[in-house]
Amino acid sequence: MTGARSTSWKAIRTIARRELVSYFTSPVAYVFLVIFLLLTGFFTFTAGAFFERGEASLASFFVWQPWLYLVLVPAVGMRLWSEERRSGTLELLLTFPVATWQAILGKFLASWAFLAIALVLTFPVILTVNVLGDPDNGVIAAGYLGSLLLAGAYLAIACMTSAMTRNQVVAFILAVVICLFLILAGFNPVTDLLTRWASPAFVDAVAGFSVMTHFDGFQKGVIALRDLVFFLSVIGFALFATSVIIRGHRAG
Amino acid sequence: MINIQNLVKTFGPKRAVDGVTFAVARGEVLGFLGPNGAGKSTTMRMITGFIPPTSGRVTVGGHDVVEEALAAKRLIGYLPEAAPSYPDMTVHGFLSFAADMRGLAGDAKLKAIGRVVELCFLASVLHQGIDTLSKGYKHRTCLAQALIHDPDVLVLDEPTDGLDPNQKHEVRNLIRELGRTKAVVFSTHILEEVDAACTRAIIIDRGRIVANGTPDELRGMSELAGAVTVHAAGADPVAMQDKLAGIAAVARVERVNGGVRAFPREKRAAGELARAVAELATREGWRLDALRTEEGQLDEVFRRITLPDTAKGADAAAGATA
Repeated sequence: MTGARSTSWKAIRTIARRELVSYFTSPVAYVFLVIFLLLTGFFTFTAGAFFERGEASLASFFVWQPWLYLVLVPAVGMRLWSEERRSGTLELLLTFPVATWQAILGKFLASWAFLAIALVLTFPVILTVNVLGDPDNGVIAAGYLGSLLLAGAYLAIACMTSAMTRNQVVAFILAVVICLFLILAGFNPVTDLLTRWASPAFVDAVAGFSVMTHFDGFQKGVIALRDLVFFLSVIGFALFATSVIIRGHRAG
Repeated sequence: MINIQNLVKTFGPKRAVDGVTFAVARGEVLGFLGPNGAGKSTTMRMITGFIPPTSGRVTVGGHDVVEEALAAKRLIGYLPEAAPSYPDMTVHGFLSFAADMRGLAGDAKLKAIGRVVELCFLASVLHQGIDTLSKGYKHRTCLAQALIHDPDVLVLDEPTDGLDPNQKHEVRNLIRELGRTKAVVFSTHILEEVDAACTRAIIIDRGRIVANGTPDELRGMSELAGAVTVHAAGADPVAMQDKLAGIAAVARVERVNGGVRAFPREKRAAGELARAVAELATREGWRLDALRTEEGQLDEVFRRITLPDTAKGADAAAGATA
């Protein structure tokens, strides 16, 4: 059994490596990284009033991320499957001796790793806050973990919409809409509006589907099991849906 | 090696492949012919496991392509239609990826890449980006990918599409060579390729097999097959026509540019017919320029069995007036 497992990981690694390298052989990766870092900087220091807050934390850094990722993560994920379908390489990929789930996981992990690289490159904010004050680095670490999971959830959704169409723009827009819904379900102005006419239990149930609700804990430094489970199940569900969609296309 | 039974694929109301059954053994090169949209690519996609059949069964090397997909896929090298590849990779990068996917590593991988680079004449572009290559090179890069693990079964969808005549020639030779030790299925529009590379050919039309045989057998299905054409200097074609019609074995006689062609009543009598015509020519003192027994033409067979009935009638009428 270990033999089978190691060959199956090898196939996933091979696909992931190819995918990750392909990000960096096109200018897309560098454009994305520059824009991501510029926007992160702008939101943290200008819009987030990092200095005016007068506290040694990265709250102003994390609080914007659901919105920032809303646009940027689907841009990373939109090409995953639509490009393979458009160029016909899907036929090549799926006739290699790999299972569909291995191909999906390999491609997802590659783009997630790419987002992790982007996140790692935000390290100057950690240095800044540590030079200027004495922050709780445990809270920051939890925030980063939450941020990575948040990006993974958006990415899995973009992966799913990308499998639906061979048009990257359509995949992008669908992913943004779905992710926006996942934000708004727990966005304070929206939940406030809901409480006026719905029961608190209903509002809570809706908010339970939101990334905002589950990202909140991480920002405060709390790594709760239910938040972890939430993000991992969004990822798991979206990737499973991807496999169903891909199988559906082939069944004709 | 490949065994296909009652294969059916429907897309909505359309039956793209409608009850196809055939087998390909090791050492065979099967040419897959048919008009556009006849179901060639769909059949090949089902053999390679890219799309599942609606019903019916495909086994490759004894492995069912649905039930034991991975085992079957390991045996197959596949060149999809339009020869896709990743444009952002170099030829070497792409072949290295294909080798990794096939589980080749270390020395075996290096050797495999070296072998296919030589087979497909890719040495001069090995470190070029695939997006900078001409169509012919892109095509051969994808072909190289299909050969990298030296598979027992090769499925090639239009392997000579987009190649120049020299490259076509090379690829046909390569296919024939590979066919000695493997089971090869390839699709084509080009009928000469059947002669150049196949041991057997299948003609498929609207999802059904309409002919299956060696190139000679298929040619034998031609109306022309067995007819004897005579060209004689100075002889009156009308008189020749009358005389030839007098031979017992001749069904009918036609004028063809500058000569006369006699069709036999029975195709088996072909050799006898040629001798009878030669004797007649000697008796009549015709000065023969040429006398030959026609082998038949594949394109005529192809057209006759793949054209819809109405068009066939129109075609025959056009032939009669010409």
